[in-house]
Amino acid sequence: MRKTLSILSVLVLFSLLLAACGGAQPAAPGETVTVKETVVVTVIAPAAPAVVAPAGYGVTLETVKTRGNLICGVNAQVPGFGYVAADGSFSGFDVDYCRALAAAIFGDPSKVEFRPVTAAERFTALQSGEIDILSRNTTWSLVRDTELGTNFVHTTFYDGQGMMVPTDSGITDLAGLEGGTVCVQTGTTTELNLADVMAANGISYTPAVFEDADKTFAAYAEGRCDAVTTDKSGLVSRRTVLADPAAHVILDVTMSKEPLGPAVRHGDDQWFDIAQWTVFAMFSGEEFGITSANVDDIKSSATAPEVKRLLGVEGDLGLKLGLTNDWAYNILKLVGNYAEVYNRNLGPDTPTYIPRGYNSLYVDGGLLYAPPFR
Amino acid sequence: MANLNSVLPPLTERSGPLRWMRKNLFGSWLDSLLTVLGALLVYWAVKGFLTWALTVAEWEVISANLRLILIGQYPIEQAWRLWTWLAILFFLAGNSIGIWARGSKYAFVVLFTPALLILLPFGSASRIWLAALTLTGLIGWGLGRARPHALKRSVIAGWVILLPVIILLTRGWSETEGSAVPIVTTNLWGGLLLTFLLTVVAILFSFPLGVLLALGRRSKLPIIRWSSVAYIELVRGVPLITILFMAQLMLPLFLPEGVAIDRVVRAMVGMTLFSAAYLAENVRGGLQAIPRGQYEAAHALGLSGAQTMTLIVLPQALRLVIPILVGQFIAVFKDTSLVAIVGLFDLLGIAKTVLAQPAFLGLQREVYVFISLIYWVLSYGMSYLSQRLEERLGAGGR
Repeated sequence: MRKTLSILSVLVLFSLLLAACGGAQPAAPGETVTVKETVVVTVIAPAAPAVVAPAGYGVTLETVKTRGNLICGVNAQVPGFGYVAADGSFSGFDVDYCRALAAAIFGDPSKVEFRPVTAAERFTALQSGEIDILSRNTTWSLVRDTELGTNFVHTTFYDGQGMMVPTDSGITDLAGLEGGTVCVQTGTTTELNLADVMAANGISYTPAVFEDADKTFAAYAEGRCDAVTTDKSGLVSRRTVLADPAAHVILDVTMSKEPLGPAVRHGDDQWFDIAQWTVFAMFSGEEFGITSANVDDIKSSATAPEVKRLLGVEGDLGLKLGLTNDWAYNILKLVGNYAEVYNRNLGPDTPTYIPRGYNSLYVDGGLLYAPPFR
Repeated sequence: MANLNSVLPPLTERSGPLRWMRKNLFGSWLDSLLTVLGALLVYWAVKGFLTWALTVAEWEVISANLRLILIGQYPIEQAWRLWTWLAILFFLAGNSIGIWARGSKYAFVVLFTPALLILLPFGSASRIWLAALTLTGLIGWGLGRARPHALKRSVIAGWVILLPVIILLTRGWSETEGSAVPIVTTNLWGGLLLTFLLTVVAILFSFPLGVLLALGRRSKLPIIRWSSVAYIELVRGVPLITILFMAQLMLPLFLPEGVAIDRVVRAMVGMTLFSAAYLAENVRGGLQAIPRGQYEAAHALGLSGAQTMTLIVLPQALRLVIPILVGQFIAVFKDTSLVAIVGLFDLLGIAKTVLAQPAFLGLQREVYVFISLIYWVLSYGMSYLSQRLEERLGAGGR
């Protein structure tokens, strides 16, 4: 054991040196593992089970309840998704999910300690138990779901890589970029996706790579590239700060799937269920038209059996999750349904407006679909 | 001699600003060209910056987030605790200036900085506190001047216990809710407060550690010597960011479950260990500059090895390396910004999250200019104080 550990620590040190060279960029929304990050985590991952005892069924909820608050790993640098407001409180779409989870557990959305985690450390922080849940624009992928020891609960935001061009360039599709220059951030999957998609379509282009997102978009604003690419959520928020936002258009192409959602550790299925059904409760709240404003009225007057079960008027769905029966009522009352949370952070009245697109209910042509509450 | 005098041109011809300019700026056509080009460049840069700063820049991002930048998420209703230790700090500083630098006008200026800061867009409560800081500083100064000898010892004692007092007041001690000094956990420490604490702790703890390592490296005992060498070379061979990553990412995996070391403490320890290795080499440079005669003289006087070190060698060696040490401390101060990469909200980390506020998107220039101004003012302050210290100790004159 001691020998294994020392070998591991050498490996880990080595991988850290690699990581130190570049894994530390602040992540754009939906930024996925960079090649360097992958090197780090694949080396570490086998070590994890040997060092940290796997959390068993129900352990996490017990720990959280004993501690008296939820520790939620968030990103503090993404407009609309996670940032610290001027009064010192955390805000954003991913942050509100943590509040919803705290409301489900404690009936009090303020019982969350937000832990800002960087792209490089997020999975380690989850593994080592520093955070109970990761809600930080993290893309769901097979490697992360398996090797990194995380389980992704249902996607809360469907993102995808897009392309922005100046409107007067007349470019309407990727083929229009033939022979052009594309600004892209280096070391991210964004760069790899761009290369893949362009190669698949036989379009020749020159990538102009930059170390971080700010430099990438500064170069685009100066006209050094014909187009700029990153996840659509990033493009939308970046467009708002260009000199003339209306002079830029986001092409109707999606070059990658970036399902972003919360993630939990392997090994505690109860905790996974709680995290998962918190998402579904927010979806269903929107589907049934239950908002934080009318939830009390609906609770007292509801006749539909599923609404009654959701709000804990009938049945004992909350108890089955290890929570109280009014867990979903608390989420909807104290934080709001999916649409409320979305509009608060990413809606038309915010500077970070992103059209809902795939993030609409299935009845509106989107992908949000909650299993039945029964 | 009289003959020689008549050959020399009269002195008056050389003085006057016009002559100076002609000699130094427009001596030849190349000089003139360079002067004109340089002046244009400076004019263009200054004009560009001022135009931006006064007309284009949206400074509301700073005034709206001043609290975040200074103390991070530290609860505003507990801010009086920070003001209290600042007041103690200024009292001691005033005291020390009164006792040891009574003639110095410059050191006295330090006490009036808080009063100047009132011009920044603070709330009225903060302005009263700022005025109080200057007042306590002045009271301390007056007391120090009035009775320097009586106060010397207590002031030194005050400086020694200041850091524990600062940490205790910042953190608080009461677990019960609703008490006057509830614990403020370190995840709420941020901004300049966190940068300041990281710097002070790293400097104060790495200094003795560095001196010990320097002595260890020159020790005649092989085990001590080789372990010091190994430590210094290992740490100096690794970038600081690697040490911080190690502390933040790897440490939790190796600790038993349920044992968690505070993230801010981890960063403090990492910075201290890193800085100590560099400091050791700086101090060793000073030790090597002490001539052998000093040791021999001390030996001849009958001083023991430890006495020779503490009374003869170290005081001289440390005085020699003051400029390098201050350079090292300034580097530590700026290196604290690396903790932003491991997810702590120091000055730089908080700047990055301020930039993500939807209301202030795209104001990188304003925020970073303000942050670098803070870094510059404090770094320059440290450098300036060290020059004064050198003058007083007469290190440069030997």
